[in-house]
Amino acid sequence: MTRKRRRLMVVLLGALLLATAAALVLTAFEDNIVFFHTPTDIATRNDLSKDRRLRVGGLVKQGSWNKAADGLTHRFFITDLTHEIRVAYKGIIPDLFRESQGVVVEGRLQPDGSFVADEVLAKHDENYMPPEVAEALNKSGQWKGGTTEGGTK
Amino acid sequence: MIAEIGHYAVALALMMSVVQGTFPLIGAHRNNAVLMGIAGPAARGQFLFVALAFCALTYAYVVSDFSVALVASTSHTLKPMLYKVAGVWGNHEGSMLLWILILALFGLMVAQFGANLPAGLRARVLAIQGLIGVGFLAFLLFTSNPFLRLDPAPLEGQGLNPLLQDPGLAFHPPFLYFGYVGFSMAFSFAIAALIEGRVDPAWARWVRPWTLVAWTSLTIGIALGSWWAYYELGWGGWWFWDPVENASFLPWLVGTALLHSALVVERRDTLKSWTVLLAIIAFGMSLLGTFLVRSGVLTSVHTFATDPERGVFILGLLIVVIGGGLTLYAIRAPALKSGGLFAPVSREGALVLNNLLLATAAAVVFLGTLYPLILDAVDGGKVSVGAPFFNTTFVPLMVPLLIACPVGAMMAWKRGDLPGVLGRLKVAALVAILVALCTVVIDGETDIVAALALGVAGWLVAGSAVSLAERTSLFKIPFVDTLRLALNLPRSAWGTAIAHSALGIMVAGITASSSWQTERIQVMNPGDSVELAGHQVTFKGAGTVPGPNYTALRGTFELASGGKTIKILSPEKRSYPAEKSTTTEAAIHTTPLADVYIVLGDADGKGGYATRMYYNPLVPWIWAGVIFMAIGGMVSLTDRRLRVGAPKRAGRKTAPVAQG
Repeated sequence: MTRKRRRLMVVLLGALLLATAAALVLTAFEDNIVFFHTPTDIATRNDLSKDRRLRVGGLVKQGSWNKAADGLTHRFFITDLTHEIRVAYKGIIPDLFRESQGVVVEGRLQPDGSFVADEVLAKHDENYMPPEVAEALNKSGQWKGGTTEGGTK
Repeated sequence: MIAEIGHYAVALALMMSVVQGTFPLIGAHRNNAVLMGIAGPAARGQFLFVALAFCALTYAYVVSDFSVALVASTSHTLKPMLYKVAGVWGNHEGSMLLWILILALFGLMVAQFGANLPAGLRARVLAIQGLIGVGFLAFLLFTSNPFLRLDPAPLEGQGLNPLLQDPGLAFHPPFLYFGYVGFSMAFSFAIAALIEGRVDPAWARWVRPWTLVAWTSLTIGIALGSWWAYYELGWGGWWFWDPVENASFLPWLVGTALLHSALVVERRDTLKSWTVLLAIIAFGMSLLGTFLVRSGVLTSVHTFATDPERGVFILGLLIVVIGGGLTLYAIRAPALKSGGLFAPVSREGALVLNNLLLATAAAVVFLGTLYPLILDAVDGGKVSVGAPFFNTTFVPLMVPLLIACPVGAMMAWKRGDLPGVLGRLKVAALVAILVALCTVVIDGETDIVAALALGVAGWLVAGSAVSLAERTSLFKIPFVDTLRLALNLPRSAWGTAIAHSALGIMVAGITASSSWQTERIQVMNPGDSVELAGHQVTFKGAGTVPGPNYTALRGTFELASGGKTIKILSPEKRSYPAEKSTTTEAAIHTTPLADVYIVLGDADGKGGYATRMYYNPLVPWIWAGVIFMAIGGMVSLTDRRLRVGAPKRAGRKTAPVAQG
């Protein structure tokens, strides 16, 4: 085996692997990417698919959080202070989930315009505002950093 | 006063690192022994000053000196001593100081133990370490000074994020950083080699043990983080393909590849250029990991502060280090011509395959981790890439790697005998098939993929055992002779076998826990029972219990099987008044075959509590696998070859620069 042929083998094998990886990545991207939307996006855009998983973020609306009779289903509104969306989540809510604080939920949009979440991310630090949420609030023009008091309209 | 000494020590360390990064480089270029000789003392001085600064900060934490702003914002007098000390690196500034301390420690190691390195190489390596130090010390001093004073000093600190007050997490950053920064050695050696224009086995003999140290430590660090996420977050899982997890996994993948390719450089004097490239990328990934978690571009527990200035500074460092490294590589790498030829079917060929697969897997993880950032930067919308993406891309790339692993490990150097190796692995194949068949029989529902994956796990473990049996002629010669052979076997052979079978144990744990996990979520009133994978879990009630700096709501659950009580489990929900925060403490009953995992949720106001339970089969095997993997790394480190007679450069025929 000459040096040239050996190098050719390695290059071919590498190219084959890269092509496989590229194919894997592209098909996986197609199916598994989850887009983030603000409540305003959802209220104003009608091109959002009901069969895809989505993330929605904003503030948990003050006074909107309650628990269904089964003791496990949590209902609350997520607001970007312009629009809001009704969310249902069955399970144990994270420790740092609070009204009028930032939250990101992942799940599916329902035909009636509400949202069923199977994941609630209210992460780690109570002063912490998820960057997506901060930007969503900035975009809606209702919040300029600092405190997030109030929250209802 | 102590804090000012610490601050001044950081500034002095910066000066030392400037000296360390410049004069020896010039000296090596001009072949001036005096200038090159500065490197050692400068490295020792830098370490001394950084250590002094670190001690000063630790002192401020231990005595709760709240006139230091950092201590006031992240500590509290009521915090247990372990977390006061761990609090030193439980924040941005302190963790960067730890980073630098470890960097200086590695520089010190070269200065202390590098006497047998050629003077030029040693001076250059230390200079590169010094330059990295310049970047990070400047970063610390100008954007993240841990010694800033607060006037007036508050009477009480704000406390550390309670999630971080945990033994698993107290030791997670030091191990992780030791791994990250350990790759700086490989990087410095790579850059020095590029400047010199030559890489030889002596070079690899230095690079490999340091890479092994870094890799072992990184393995433990990642596992500690994962273990913490498992029992502390209460989600019942141990790996979420979170960007921050990926940030530490990327250097691990590239480091694993580097470990294997450095082996080829050492033994066969070939694959040099590729190894140098991997060394640059491995450290680049470590820096990227630091950048991702420190800059605030990602949503995570590690995002201590979202100060854009810091993000830009680290990004700048990242660009200089990786960009500079790769540019130098592009210019100089063609000069690194390799020696030994090998057939595609050979140990070298197998290691090339290992490297290609690991590098591709790293590229895939890299893409999935950074894609949301890239898309956001070009205004393409906000997305998240979660576990399903990584499962469908990463796993298919790992399968061939795992299957090829035992075969490659038994292949001869230079020209291998594939049918022969496969013949000798017949026993392992038999074990694999048996494991897969048993899984199908026991499982009943025939989850074919899981059964095959367990078969692969059996293949890895049995394959490693076969390779050891082969090398010790087990059952072919009297057992006493086998024992003698086993004792004389190079430690690296033992290390390899241990680490590869550890991989098998881990694969088994990962497969079983993701395929057969049982989850139960319900509201339970005292006295209620739930069936969980053949066990009965009875809720006995919940009450408030005081802790050192928190109060806990503690639930009591009775775990029983066949009418017999096995254990009382007490999950907690802790509220920390100082930090105004709550954490979940899952209660876990571990047996060799599974974990029973119980989380106490919130009260429903009518005397009941939301509860969540998991039956996680073989999760303990994942942790056992990690421990064995780290042991494999350590055993390998004790190999004689790595300790004695390392650089015999003079005796070798290594033409400096270009030979073809």
